Amino acid sequence: MITTSALTLFGLGFGSAAILSVASKLLYVKEDPRIAQVEDLLPGANCGGCGYPGCSGAAAAIVSGKANAGVCVVAETEAMVAIAALMGQTIEEREPEIAFRDCTGGTRAEERFAYAGIMDCQAAAMLHGGSKSCPEGCLGLGTCVAVCPFDAIHMGPEGLPVVDPDECRACGKCAEACPRGVISIVGMTSRLLHLNEVTDCLAPCRQKCPGQIDIPRYIQQIKAGDYDGAVNTIKERNPLLMVCGRVCPRPCETVCRRNNVDSPVGINMLKRFVADRELHGGTHLPVPCAKDTGRKVAVIGGGPAGLSCAYFLRRLGHSPTIFEAMPALGGQLRYGIPEYRLPKADLDWEIQGILDLGVDVHLNKRFGKDYDIESLKQDGFEAVFLGIGAWQASGMYAEGEDLEGVWGGIEFLTAHALGQSIDIGKKVIVVGGGNTAIDCARTCVRLGAEVIMLYRRTRAEMPANPEEIVGAEEEGVQFKFLAAPTRVVGDENGRATHLEYKMMELGEPDASGRRRPEPVEGSETLMEADLIIPAIGQKPDLTCLYDDDAESCPVETTRWQTIVADPDTFQTIVPGVFTAGDVFTGPDLVISAVGGGRKAARSIHYHLQQDGDIPIPDTLQRDLIPYTMFKEVTGVRQSERAQMPHLCHGDERNCTFSEVEGALSETEALAEADRCLHCGLTCYDRDMEQPEEKEQQIL
Amino acid sequence: MQEYFLLFIAAIFVNNIVLAQYLGNCPFIGTSKNTGVAIGMGAAVVFVAVMATAITWLVQTYLLEPLGLGFLQTLAFILVIASLVQFVEMFLKKMVPPLYKSLGIFLPLITTNCAVMGIALICQRKEFTLVKSVAFAAASGVGFMIALVVLAGIRERLEIRRVPRAMRGTPVGLVMAGLMSLAFFAFKGMI
Ligand code: SF4
Ligand code: SF4
Repeated sequence: MITTSALTLFGLGFGSAAILSVASKLLYVKEDPRIAQVEDLLPGANCGGCGYPGCSGAAAAIVSGKANAGVCVVAETEAMVAIAALMGQTIEEREPEIAFRDCTGGTRAEERFAYAGIMDCQAAAMLHGGSKSCPEGCLGLGTCVAVCPFDAIHMGPEGLPVVDPDECRACGKCAEACPRGVISIVGMTSRLLHLNEVTDCLAPCRQKCPGQIDIPRYIQQIKAGDYDGAVNTIKERNPLLMVCGRVCPRPCETVCRRNNVDSPVGINMLKRFVADRELHGGTHLPVPCAKDTGRKVAVIGGGPAGLSCAYFLRRLGHSPTIFEAMPALGGQLRYGIPEYRLPKADLDWEIQGILDLGVDVHLNKRFGKDYDIESLKQDGFEAVFLGIGAWQASGMYAEGEDLEGVWGGIEFLTAHALGQSIDIGKKVIVVGGGNTAIDCARTCVRLGAEVIMLYRRTRAEMPANPEEIVGAEEEGVQFKFLAAPTRVVGDENGRATHLEYKMMELGEPDASGRRRPEPVEGSETLMEADLIIPAIGQKPDLTCLYDDDAESCPVETTRWQTIVADPDTFQTIVPGVFTAGDVFTGPDLVISAVGGGRKAARSIHYHLQQDGDIPIPDTLQRDLIPYTMFKEVTGVRQSERAQMPHLCHGDERNCTFSEVEGALSETEALAEADRCLHCGLTCYDRDMEQPEEKEQQIL
Repeated sequence: MQEYFLLFIAAIFVNNIVLAQYLGNCPFIGTSKNTGVAIGMGAAVVFVAVMATAITWLVQTYLLEPLGLGFLQTLAFILVIASLVQFVEMFLKKMVPPLYKSLGIFLPLITTNCAVMGIALICQRKEFTLVKSVAFAAASGVGFMIALVVLAGIRERLEIRRVPRAMRGTPVGLVMAGLMSLAFFAFKGMI
């Protein structure tokens, strides 16, 4: 019996072994020994953060080349270096990424339902879209907290998830779990490349800002005393914060929710406050840039659009070179905005900050004369950005306007900025009602002339900023409304001596909705003038784009002398040639040019990295999102808006070009930041609890 | 036909291999964190259980019994099942790589799965015919898979809930398995 048993077992064992050994010979599959070696180097957490089923899956993926050595979200750098060495790869520094919550309201959002079912965001979101009326807002149930394998996220006091940057491994589990897309994993590059989408938590001010600056965030940072953080937030969208802090006409403030309570938050004053702190600190805060890609891009024009494009290209790791026709960078910031509004020394400082990132500059190089698109390509530039601005003054269409003593507004300001001596005489007439006209008028006042501004509509319709108009008035500029020039009268030397104008009266509304001014017959009047400055408008000067016989132009243009390009990608009909700024939009705001420069840089980045495939999200925010524009804002206490202090008065103001406006003090800035409601799409921070509004409908 | 139907119902619900017989608890807890993984593991168990039961039935009927060596059953079955799993793994790896990939790490896990062994032994104890044994094995495997997938579903939910730290993971998984087991007792009166 024992023998039979032993023999049977032995026989079974031997049979199995024999079959297996034959099978292993026949069925042998060569497996890469590196898989086991890589697996040994991985930490064995099996967290799945890499997207593969466990560490062995990740090891196999690394060896088969489907994943890189840095795929593990938990491994330390040494392990990655060892894996890379094993795989013959070089390890590159990974741009730090982190979970980021884009929701400002959370529980403070207006509540429609108090959801009392399963306490999980996904379940809540499936039922009636959750507890909050905001379609994008955080539900505050903490699903993200529960899924984080690294305890890097917790619910903060406001019922919103707070990420601990030291612990977060950017594994993305929270972003995956969040049904509202409130959390995303972002690094610097993805933030720079992001365009506002209607699914983002966009406060009204942020929707309106052409530069897409995250306004509530930087105001919140100011409120918390994190001034450097605020500067960094602004610089993620706008490298010219010091400039914009001075000259931006603040479209954001027109839609600020505080308009419904008292007056808008002094958004731009706050921007200027932090920008000036950086300026007076004397050193530029360090700006991180992505790893060098070594790809060369030519930026034609060193104005706000060109500077912004070069800045963002540099931050995305490319090597931009700015070609500028004038002797210094800045474009119309330097040559179109007078010193008293934007001191040149400060402008230089801000531009230097951009150049210090590693941007090359060639000054006094005129496009079309010294180089062209072909020669740039030959020099190894892989993409071209055309940001040549709008430098040609529009005429008055009045007889005699080519007489001596008549200067286009932008030409006059440029000549003055270049230090040319202009004989302006005693009496100056400025024609127009925009900011350029006011700049010309206030400049002439400072040069000692008596200035009259002629505008064909009423004061209420002047396109210039109200405070600029008041400033001009305070400085003694006189206005003549409802008057339009008809003829320039000159003397026998061909020099203008008088301007003849006609009075106007308002007729039927025109296409713009404003009542059209119509001339009053027989009201012609002659007005004496030593200098006449028509500052009626500007347009781009596109002659540089044409070849010598002025016939063919490589890009398509419009009848307003602007360049035609795709409105989303900013690419012209020539692949690899992009545009933005005034030459694309026609004369517009500095911040629009800055925003355009960034968007073009984004497109150029994709053009270079993805062979011309430039992704544009379907949910792009183009207009103000209607339901976020409130008619009234309840539960908010009224408070006084800060006043911009004036730096110089009286003669000093009228006779020198010293800066007129100053910056807020720290106390004023903190008080102003405190006025911000920190809005989201539908939520805002209320000052007071509104007990009656606390009643909720329970599901 | 009715006999087989009852066999199926009994094996899947009434005598569920893991929830009523308490066999195969480690893979049950170990691979029930994610529904996808649970389905993979369940499929692998069905596959191996059917093959193992067939082969062990042959070993028992044509080797052990004629020689009067019934007492060697456990030892012999362990040997056969382990070798079988190894063989199947090698075979699939070479011949059907996609299937091998989809079964992935589950095949080697099954080598030491007492549920497979249990199914083979139950068939012998109940003296099933070969066809019946195979049917029973398939049904038991499906029962295992159902239990696994249900538990995985529950555990996926638990993953995002606030569970006391000490109870997270396996402890709460075991509690859930216990509750499921109680629930399956309700099927007892069915047959
Ligand atoms: S779950 Fe979110 S917070 Fe936690 S580590 Fe992953 S990305 Fe960071
Ligand atoms: S209150 Fe603050 S967040 Fe709201 S619109 Fe005004 S500036 Fe923007």
